[in-house]
Amino acid sequence: MAKAKARVKVPKTVAKGEIFQVKTLISHKMESGQRKDKKTGEKIPRLIINSFVCKYNGEEVFACDWHPAISANPYTAFYLKASESGSIDFIWTDDEGGVFEKSADITVT
Amino acid sequence: MVRKIEMQPVSRRDILGFAGAAAFTAVATSLFPKAADAAMADVDAAIKQLIGSTETMAGRITIELPQIAENGNTVPLGFEVESPMTDSDYVKSVHVFAEKNPFPDVATFRFTPASARAKVSTRMRLAKTQNVIVVAQMSDGSVYMAKTEVKVTIGGCGG
Repeated sequence: MAKAKARVKVPKTVAKGEIFQVKTLISHKMESGQRKDKKTGEKIPRLIINSFVCKYNGEEVFACDWHPAISANPYTAFYLKASESGSIDFIWTDDEGGVFEKSADITVT
Repeated sequence: MVRKIEMQPVSRRDILGFAGAAAFTAVATSLFPKAADAAMADVDAAIKQLIGSTETMAGRITIELPQIAENGNTVPLGFEVESPMTDSDYVKSVHVFAEKNPFPDVATFRFTPASARAKVSTRMRLAKTQNVIVVAQMSDGSVYMAKTEVKVTIGGCGG
């Protein structure tokens, strides 16, 4: 399994009903499957994160399917609406079945 | 004084090399436009598969992309789809295509009313100068489409 380090930025406290931005970044080569090994001339097999899911208190609120045209170290910023205090979970899955998870707590006032 | 011009005999290798180069240009010009057409057909087919015979409408979508991307490996892409994002009226999904990439599919983003705003920023790869197409599917079944051209200085796929 490829190594990956994820970072997420979620506000600690938000007012109920407020719309806030979530920023995510994960270190991953996102090998496109198009590059060739310079020494052997063989194609380097594709290995990308193909799915990203964001859950708010267990409910899927935002998701992406990625193709090789997403850059290395994928960055995604999106928006959510504050409903209740709890946790926001982020799950990335790559071609080898590697799963990377990150979680952030949020307090809704 | 008469200048002496040396005539070099033209070798067999020179002739072959020249012929080879000419043949390559001929092949390249005849082959690559076709490849580009095929990629565009791919995008059209992919969009058709996605939305069926639904008519696409203009508007609602704002695409944020640089006009000129120096490095095709990381091109900042942003988009926003206008929508109230309520339980009855929201953006279901947004699909991004790059016409002339080896694989025109870039990404699909799925929203819910809890997403609050159908606005995303990310970074994408572009192989060469081309159109980027954004297709948004609404919860009521309507489809909006927008496209924008990005000039790419250094391509970002393979190498």
